[in-house]
Amino acid sequence: MSTTTTTTPTVTEQQSTPTLEKGYIGQSIPRREDKRLVQGLGTFFDDMRRHGMGYVHFVRSPYGHAKIVSIDVSKALELDGVYGTITGDEVAIHTEPFFEMSVEPGANIKDYALAVGRVRHTGEPVAAVCAATRELARDAADLVEVEYDPLPVLVDAEESLKDETVLHDDAGSNVVWSGVFDWGDIDQALADADHVVKIERLHFHRFSSTPLECAGALVEYDKGTAEWTLHCNHQMPGVGAIWMAPALRTGIDKLRFVTQDIGGGFGNKICLHPQYVVLCLLARKLGRPVQWTEWRTDQHTANAHGNERTFLDIEVGVMADGTMTGFKVRALDDCGAFPRYEPLGCIIWAQVTPGLYGWRNIRVDFTQVCTNKSPVSPNRGYSRMQHLWLTERIADIVATELGIDPVEFRKKNYVKTEQMPYETPNGCVYDSGDYAAALDIALDLIDSGSIEDRRKEAAARGKLLGFGIGSTLDSGTNNFGQSTLLNPDLQFSGNNEAASVKLDIFGEVVVTLGTVPQGQGHETTAAQVVADILGCSPEQVNVRRGHDTWFNSHAGFSGTYASQFAFTGLGAVKGAAELVRAEMVQLAAAVLQAPEEAIELADGFARIKDGPEEAALPFMALGAIVNANNAFLPPDFNPTLNHRYVCRPYFGMVDTEKKTGQLTLTYATQIHAAVVEIDPETGVVDVVDYAAVDDCGIRINPQIVEGQVHGATTHALGAALSEEFVYDEEGTLLTSNFYDYHVPHALDMPPLKTGSMESPSPVAPLGAKGMGEGGGGGIHCVCAAIQDALGAAGKAIVYTSCNPPHRVWSMLQDPEATRANVSVVSK
Amino acid sequence: MGTPAPARSRAISLEVNGEAVEYEVPARRLLVHFIRDDLGLTGTHVGCDTGNCGACTVHVDGVSVKSCMLLAVQADGTRIATVEGLAADGELTALQRSFNEHHALQCGYCTPGMLMSATALLEQNPHPNEDEVRVALQGNICRCTGYVNIVEAVVAVGEGTS
Ligand code: FES
Ligand code: FES
Repeated sequence: MSTTTTTTPTVTEQQSTPTLEKGYIGQSIPRREDKRLVQGLGTFFDDMRRHGMGYVHFVRSPYGHAKIVSIDVSKALELDGVYGTITGDEVAIHTEPFFEMSVEPGANIKDYALAVGRVRHTGEPVAAVCAATRELARDAADLVEVEYDPLPVLVDAEESLKDETVLHDDAGSNVVWSGVFDWGDIDQALADADHVVKIERLHFHRFSSTPLECAGALVEYDKGTAEWTLHCNHQMPGVGAIWMAPALRTGIDKLRFVTQDIGGGFGNKICLHPQYVVLCLLARKLGRPVQWTEWRTDQHTANAHGNERTFLDIEVGVMADGTMTGFKVRALDDCGAFPRYEPLGCIIWAQVTPGLYGWRNIRVDFTQVCTNKSPVSPNRGYSRMQHLWLTERIADIVATELGIDPVEFRKKNYVKTEQMPYETPNGCVYDSGDYAAALDIALDLIDSGSIEDRRKEAAARGKLLGFGIGSTLDSGTNNFGQSTLLNPDLQFSGNNEAASVKLDIFGEVVVTLGTVPQGQGHETTAAQVVADILGCSPEQVNVRRGHDTWFNSHAGFSGTYASQFAFTGLGAVKGAAELVRAEMVQLAAAVLQAPEEAIELADGFARIKDGPEEAALPFMALGAIVNANNAFLPPDFNPTLNHRYVCRPYFGMVDTEKKTGQLTLTYATQIHAAVVEIDPETGVVDVVDYAAVDDCGIRINPQIVEGQVHGATTHALGAALSEEFVYDEEGTLLTSNFYDYHVPHALDMPPLKTGSMESPSPVAPLGAKGMGEGGGGGIHCVCAAIQDALGAAGKAIVYTSCNPPHRVWSMLQDPEATRANVSVVSK
Repeated sequence: MGTPAPARSRAISLEVNGEAVEYEVPARRLLVHFIRDDLGLTGTHVGCDTGNCGACTVHVDGVSVKSCMLLAVQADGTRIATVEGLAADGELTALQRSFNEHHALQCGYCTPGMLMSATALLEQNPHPNEDEVRVALQGNICRCTGYVNIVEAVVAVGEGTS
């Protein structure tokens, strides 16, 4: 039986700075988006039709790595109803390669919208066909004849590093980026340590959040103005346009991105620019609207995987009392065939360099390489999850090897709440939190005191029971300046998001967001914030669906990613609403002949505080005066009741020499705890008890926050136990659909208990921290719990983040093989 | 005499959400694409190409069916209900309201399929317990919610608490 318990055992109010009284903010108001969605009346991009529209299907490489000898589209073109085709050769003529963010050698990689001359991963698009129906487009794609000359395939990052086969001749090496991050003095720390724990290898596997709606777009081209409109599900159009416009040799403003409802994103809809450029070229070439809806198999094979990372030669310094003083590691990241959003993942992890722990001496020697696998893209918990998994694996391995209780070990080493705000060795500032208190809530929820009894009871049934903790930080609101730690020449820094708020003629409050929601409930939470500021009910606030670059309500970094809506998205909404509010007060004061201080906005009226009943103007009166009846306003008073606000968080500059700086602003905390039972006969892991505690500061809408916790936890459980992109040695993906790539179904889910605390962020406009990506805790705690369970059967060390039955079974058969990976040198 | 060429399209007549529909459809068209592209009932979604996700679930003659696993011509003579038919009179059903109250959807992409599967369950078993709900929904994938609130929402309808 599954149960959900929501507990709020402790609410810590630290450094409380929220500037708003809680009104609608803080309430679990049911979402307004739902009304259309439960009736099937949402509008997703694939729901749209245009007269004369053509359907696009991509011709994809069946090889992991091959030269393209020739492409013949003539048979496809002969088919009735085929509108046209496009190949890599045309793309190379009509576009520029996409801009690369790396320094050399990665900087020299040439990445075009279609394969040019060579394919580098299975499923890479080599041509596209446009036809009158979906079925015809598929048929025609089958008639495109491509001759390939296979090349040696690289599916292993360590092999790639040898450069015996090189994927990108222009780069001359498979290395995209490499560099050493060195903070404190790790050599000294290891020399001074009482114990040095060494771990040879840990592996974080390749998976992705696989949103249920695949990628796609409907693209229209206006020949008269040379403008493209993309009705799409790109989740970061601001950056998408930065990639696409130069490639298409046009201006940013010639690309209009429109999103409506989006069926999940999780970062996997950030790198759609190659496919979108093909659609733009086809729409222009064929003079008709074109639409492409990715097939599930294509999404798995060739769209967006999460970063795979191998950690080598780990050494951890530990004092006799169990204090960890530092660690060093070589990290080898596999970004697949093209870097695309990379090498940003080579720095994003540094937002959480020490994890939740107090170690001051850290050296990370980081290298990223290309392989013949699908390109990666940000994936929920992007790059931090991999690194946090490392820190959590270290914590558990060190604790077990030194015979210390993992709970006590964590409490000893966690950054303490008294140390908040806490500056990490690399200059990031953990804004608030109480990790030990959150851990206690998780322990309570899971009744940790009964574990030893449960272990015995399970053993009597022939099962191995284990208990594990996973601690994570969900760092939110990126400083794009961190990209200059990878490439000092990049012209990115800071962050921003925009929103606009207006009071319309009949008193409607209209909000336009720069963010691109994909299920996070932005329409609801934005209405809550605006209602509190303007003094009306959320029902009076119309938050427009989706994102449209023509509304001018966006900024360069607009989008929904990196856990930042609560900070920048709502910060922009708050800023715009406050500007409108100030004018409403001014206007009411003028009309009611009262001082501004005497005016209050409440219940949809601007009125004189404690004044007579008739001294009140409904919002409609204010909207009508400004918009339609304004002749009596004096010439020097020109309220618009229509404001755009850009929320620009302050970070300061990063230090490119020391590789330090404030890389992100808020740190939500998640402590997860799992109890698992393993069947030693089969290696099947059953999660029998589970708790997730989340502290994201002020929760604008607790129900929505809890929903994010459920979802992120589910992604983590899937990743920990079954979801894995597995390649064979020829570079063929073996898990290319939901049969082979098993995501959790309703019956797979364990009982989930959730708990929460609120440590308000002292830096965020509403005290609310970005959240939703903290699910990594689930991977960490399941790994820890499996290792704990295996303690009674040979003490295997869990060395990889994905542990399906066959892997657990082999750890049971040969625990020594994994133990050989770990050694302890004690003085 | 050779075999005659197979028909490339066929006329079908069926009832969709209570209305009679006659259509000439390509013989190879999937029912889900017929519903979405030809009838314009875009509430029924497509989330996979292997019949695993259930986003396309509709009722065919009262039984919940994955409409990507049938050809449109196979639906000839049947009675089909899609998500758009649930609140046909403009009133949300108890299940739809419960989804809203329990925050049982995030992106909403799986929701139509979930609602159709759960509606079929509630018709057969008006008071399902949690395990029965999970069994009934095992063919529907949700990538956002972890199913927790979906299951609660369905159970609550049976309990009359929603
Ligand atoms: S689209 Fe029918 S089961 Fe996935
Ligand atoms: S709500 Fe997004 S897939 Fe279920």
